[in-house]
Amino acid sequence: MRVRRSTLFLGMLGGLLLLCAGLLLHASSTVRNSQRRLSANASLVRRLALTDLCLFTEASYTRHLATSDLSSAFQETPMSLEHFPSGALVQPPVRTSGTSP
Amino acid sequence: MIRRQRHILDFTISSLLRQKGKNGGLLLVYGVIVFVVASILLFTHALRREAELLLRDAPEIVVQRTLAGRHHPVPIAWMERVGEINGVTSLRPRLWGYHYDPLIRANFTLLVPAENQPPAGSVDIGAGVSKIRGAHPGDIMVFPGHDGVARSFAVREVLSGDSQLLTGDLVLLSENDYRDFSGLPSGQATDLAVTVRNPKELGTIAEKITRIYPDSRPIQRSEILRTYDAAFSWRSGLLLVIFSAAALAFAIFAWDKATGLSADQRREIGILKAIGWETSDVMLMKCWEGSVISLTAFLAGVILAYLHVFLGSASLFAPVLKGWSTLYPAFRLTPYLDFGEIVVLFLLTVVPYTVATIVPSWRAAVTDPDQVMR
Repeated sequence: MRVRRSTLFLGMLGGLLLLCAGLLLHASSTVRNSQRRLSANASLVRRLALTDLCLFTEASYTRHLATSDLSSAFQETPMSLEHFPSGALVQPPVRTSGTSP
Repeated sequence: MIRRQRHILDFTISSLLRQKGKNGGLLLVYGVIVFVVASILLFTHALRREAELLLRDAPEIVVQRTLAGRHHPVPIAWMERVGEINGVTSLRPRLWGYHYDPLIRANFTLLVPAENQPPAGSVDIGAGVSKIRGAHPGDIMVFPGHDGVARSFAVREVLSGDSQLLTGDLVLLSENDYRDFSGLPSGQATDLAVTVRNPKELGTIAEKITRIYPDSRPIQRSEILRTYDAAFSWRSGLLLVIFSAAALAFAIFAWDKATGLSADQRREIGILKAIGWETSDVMLMKCWEGSVISLTAFLAGVILAYLHVFLGSASLFAPVLKGWSTLYPAFRLTPYLDFGEIVVLFLLTVVPYTVATIVPSWRAAVTDPDQVMR
């Protein structure tokens, strides 16, 4: 017997929804299992007094986003505008206090 | 009722399959747009959450010194007056800096830990440094110091690969080794880390520090957290550009659907009306048509985005994130999901597309079949 097209579509939709549910379960179990890694990393942050994530290592001011100079665009040479690719991804650090330039 | 819906759905799918190429292409473009946008949303949210969870243990205030608008080492003598401020429970000098390795063209971050410092002549290195330099415990690493003289260090330990998002480029060494290597005089530190009794007083204490030392720059923990929140919010730099491109592509795509039907589609509606279909039946069919395409593209796009970001280490974004850096941490993000963002993505893609499919069909369906077919 030929299977109806609507049955095939609804079956595929059901399959995709089941897959979504499976991914939600995967996410919740991964979050639960990552607690130990997270607390180990948090204690490393405390011990080493770290302020930044090691995401962009190409320039000093993108390696330490939170503690870099605000004049970073001119750090390499006096007339140099931002030229590292990661500079296009991130914004200047947020400041509310201090004597930032 | 269900039988009627099933029959209309059967007819809709047959109608879509009659134009396999066009509808397949549509599904592919739609799915790719959802995949790109969902990947960005999942990636940036997970990164922001990871930064928020990790950096809430960062120093409460970091006191830097600026000279002519640039970061400058802090005199350790500052600790005395800063330590006298009410509410400051402890403070310690932080010693850290950079070293560019011309051999591998990578920047390392040199840092002196407050406790458990490696013995003189040895270093602990991040997993990224270990990988790029091929260095393992017991190996010797040589770095040229500030005076051009090479110093050799024995690798004591490689930091856990699980902490690469924090320590990938770190080289930990003792205070004496760091001062000898970098040339930083003994009375100075890179900056000061301040601990405060009451977090509500952070702003006041930061202000007091600025008043005592006008050339200081206190950076509060909330500012550190906000920096990462802002860096990876949807409004930031390149993400905004990608978002705009995706939104524009989707707008063109929806506009094309909304501005009119092809002659074949108009004729099909005319024939259906002529053989007795009601306007509501035609609308229902078009609603199913929009839903079949948009739901399939949305679900497939979101599922593939999840697999890409959390199981494939966001490999498609890696070239963008790496930039020109040769040392890049290998990390797998924890899947922190923001359902609000997924719902917004659903509302911004599925709903407009479905509406864009229905509106021109409704215009054709309410017209006289004879006129529609001409």
